[in-house]
Amino acid sequence: MDYTFLQQYWWFLVSLLGALLVFLLFVQGGQTLIYTIGKTELEQTMLINATGRKWEFTFTTLVTFGGAFFASFPLFYSTSFGGAYWVWMAILFCFIIQAVSYEFRSKKGNLLGKKTYEIFLMINGFGGLILLGTAVATFFTGSEFVVNKMNLTNPLMPIISSWTNPLHGLEAALSMHNLLLGLAVLFLARTLGALYFINSIDHDQIFERSKKQVFINAIPFLVTFLAFVGWTLFGEGFAVNPDTQEVFILPAKYFHNLIDMPVVMIVFLLGVVSVLYGIGKTVLSRKYTKGIWFAGTGTVLTVLSLFLIAGYNNTAYYPSTADLQSSLTIYNSSSSLFTLKAMSIVSLLIPFVLAYIFYAWRAINSKPIDAAEVAADDHMY
Amino acid sequence: METIDYSLVDWSRAQFALTAIYHWIFVPLTLGLGVIMSIMETMYYKTGNSEWKRITQFWMKLFGINFAIGVATGIILEFEFGTNWSNYSWFVGDIFGAPLAIEGIMAFFLESTFIAVMFFGWKKVSKGFHLASTWLTVIGASLSALWILVANAWMQSPVGMHFNPETVRNEMVDFWAVLLSPVAINKFFHTITSSWMVGAAFVVGISAWYLLKKREYEFAKKSIMVATIFGFVGTLLAAMTGDGSAYQVAQKQPMKLAAMEGLYKGSTNEGLVAFGILNTDKKSYDDAVEPFKIKLAIPGALSILSFRDANAFVPGINDIMNGGYKTKDAKGNFKTALSADQRIARGKIAIQALADFKAAKTAKNDSLADVHRATLEANYNDFGYGFVKDKKELVPNVPLTFYAFRIMVIIGGFFLLFFILLWFAARKDMLQNNKLLLWLSILSIPLAYIASECGWIVAEVGRQPWVIQDIMPSFAAVSNIETGAVKFTFFLFAALFTVLLIAEVGIMIKQIKKGPEEAH
Repeated sequence: MDYTFLQQYWWFLVSLLGALLVFLLFVQGGQTLIYTIGKTELEQTMLINATGRKWEFTFTTLVTFGGAFFASFPLFYSTSFGGAYWVWMAILFCFIIQAVSYEFRSKKGNLLGKKTYEIFLMINGFGGLILLGTAVATFFTGSEFVVNKMNLTNPLMPIISSWTNPLHGLEAALSMHNLLLGLAVLFLARTLGALYFINSIDHDQIFERSKKQVFINAIPFLVTFLAFVGWTLFGEGFAVNPDTQEVFILPAKYFHNLIDMPVVMIVFLLGVVSVLYGIGKTVLSRKYTKGIWFAGTGTVLTVLSLFLIAGYNNTAYYPSTADLQSSLTIYNSSSSLFTLKAMSIVSLLIPFVLAYIFYAWRAINSKPIDAAEVAADDHMY
Repeated sequence: METIDYSLVDWSRAQFALTAIYHWIFVPLTLGLGVIMSIMETMYYKTGNSEWKRITQFWMKLFGINFAIGVATGIILEFEFGTNWSNYSWFVGDIFGAPLAIEGIMAFFLESTFIAVMFFGWKKVSKGFHLASTWLTVIGASLSALWILVANAWMQSPVGMHFNPETVRNEMVDFWAVLLSPVAINKFFHTITSSWMVGAAFVVGISAWYLLKKREYEFAKKSIMVATIFGFVGTLLAAMTGDGSAYQVAQKQPMKLAAMEGLYKGSTNEGLVAFGILNTDKKSYDDAVEPFKIKLAIPGALSILSFRDANAFVPGINDIMNGGYKTKDAKGNFKTALSADQRIARGKIAIQALADFKAAKTAKNDSLADVHRATLEANYNDFGYGFVKDKKELVPNVPLTFYAFRIMVIIGGFFLLFFILLWFAARKDMLQNNKLLLWLSILSIPLAYIASECGWIVAEVGRQPWVIQDIMPSFAAVSNIETGAVKFTFFLFAALFTVLLIAEVGIMIKQIKKGPEEAH
């Protein structure tokens, strides 16, 4: 296996994890709808227990996304996390408070009271989604940093990566272009969350209200998503000269990437159609509950293709607007050939992992949650 | 930034220490209680006795409360390598990132998938599938410990890598050397088995409370019987692997061993300090102040434990700083130890050789680059010393390391005897009337946690200033951010973790007071 292949393989895997993560953010989206869809305490408890059975998947995927990125593209890990300090810390904060909220929410002696943990879930939902979206948008819009590996030879100041914007990542949330993706992720996750409730809860009012929320959130999602995609595809992109590895600005770079990689374009279009089908069929038919699977699969395909056009086809996936030549490509930021090879062998476990997740998911979700179960089960959130 | 502010290094360390200490309040219980409840469910599976199911479900509930907060603190640790130790992440990310990714793929998914079946699947899946899920949850947790401890062990004893001056980083050349390094193996088993001790102390203490309150006799007795046997085995194995760990420290991190023993001037047939009070007037290794106020040592024991030879020379802090004693290199050949000054000089040569190598490469002068590469390689094992400004930085905090080590060992010894005593008393039905033993059991819960945290203090404080032993000091590993930013997040996390810990303890106490419910 040659080095280039492995670098591309690992970009694919990181992209796939990122895509799965965006799908699994239906948990966060669902959390933001607890009060909108649940009008009684029982309904709210049912909603929280529905997402509560899946929150760990999202969390684990986020952690694994971070770990895989670290192992395969360590220069990204050190540059982005150490530089965009505030935005990553804010995202982490949103996720820490989620981790305890399900388990602690309804337990006696929880110090802060039920409402506080529900607010934590709201913060995790709204804050986590918008911030993650804006952070990912910088893969297309760029950030302000400089990388100079020779700093390691300076015993007084050996740090190789420096952020040049004093806001350390928060500036990403001030850009309309980035914010569009943040909002798109928020509304997509809310749409998926409502679709998930439809699928996993057996309750008439929740079904009707969720269906309404699918429609209400799908519209701003489509508007912000199309605006972001249009701006990104036809705006300026960060290209790399394959001979000199020099990074330069190229208009409509990402659109060209789609044209140059027809398979990715097909995946992108299939993804978008599948999301629209899942939403459309749910809204239009009376009792359809499987929309989450189409919209979920579509989300994975769409996000995967967006990551692929950010990294493949001579593109800088983490561009620096402060110093173009500091931009990260999958070739200048990856691990060594040996590490990528070793990791690739480990990656053969992934289908096995997916298989047992699927098996366990089916075992637990074989019957939708209903009011009787919530009332009877001991391990309720 | 023209130079790194030391306060940035200190606050970055403080934040990492805070997160790690809090994380480590929850992890040992997950690892220890996890196995205990799996054993209990196995008993239920084998006997069909619903009392075992009831017992399992009670401990499982406490497991769940504890698990959530362990996850919350764990995610920050992983990301802090990037946010606060970004230079480190680049310098060794090629080696260090892999265990973290494998941890995610192999361990976290196993844990998070089957924990859902464990909690929600009692009525949805078969008895056998449920039991398997419980075991898989705790196996996942233990595997996660394996990979992160492999990563930690590699920082203490870097193996299986070489420095590539072209990419200016260390690169992995031998995955198995990283995974199977003796430091990693010892560390893993020591950590896991000592966590069994914590889990057992927790179960024993809470069960004792029920006996004191004259409640749940059958539940408490069964729980104590399982936990004491398991706790004894764990503590015994922890003692054995602890010996293995100390042996590795003697070979790989002599300065840490010297700090653990408060040893300044070493000798052959060196004694192990069984009891000692340090002299607080001693401020530096090179002052003439006696290090101990009171010291009771077992003759020759330190030489035997460190090198399996009573006549072996164990270097003290002064010896390590001044060099000149006979020691073995990585291949087992005898050599004369270098002084700190010599190693700092070698480190500076290595750093300069890297700069010269790069300059020669830029000038396309390959033959000159080869010369500088050779100089770099010849001096690379002292690379980190080139960043050291004052050689006193090379001495870790002796009192903290010394006392933490002793507290850990004393508490471990206590539990070894205590579990036997309790098992015997419970077996003979003498425990429920022995208030002293029952109270002692309850009060032992914090002791187990203290021992566990002390172990990490020895490991991490004792290796300062190294982030990677001899290769990179913490000074060179930080991120280029403002100290104020780290201070802010430090206090934010400190407040948040404290509130969550209080909430967790509050919930636990309520659940314990409520007691086990009918099996469902």
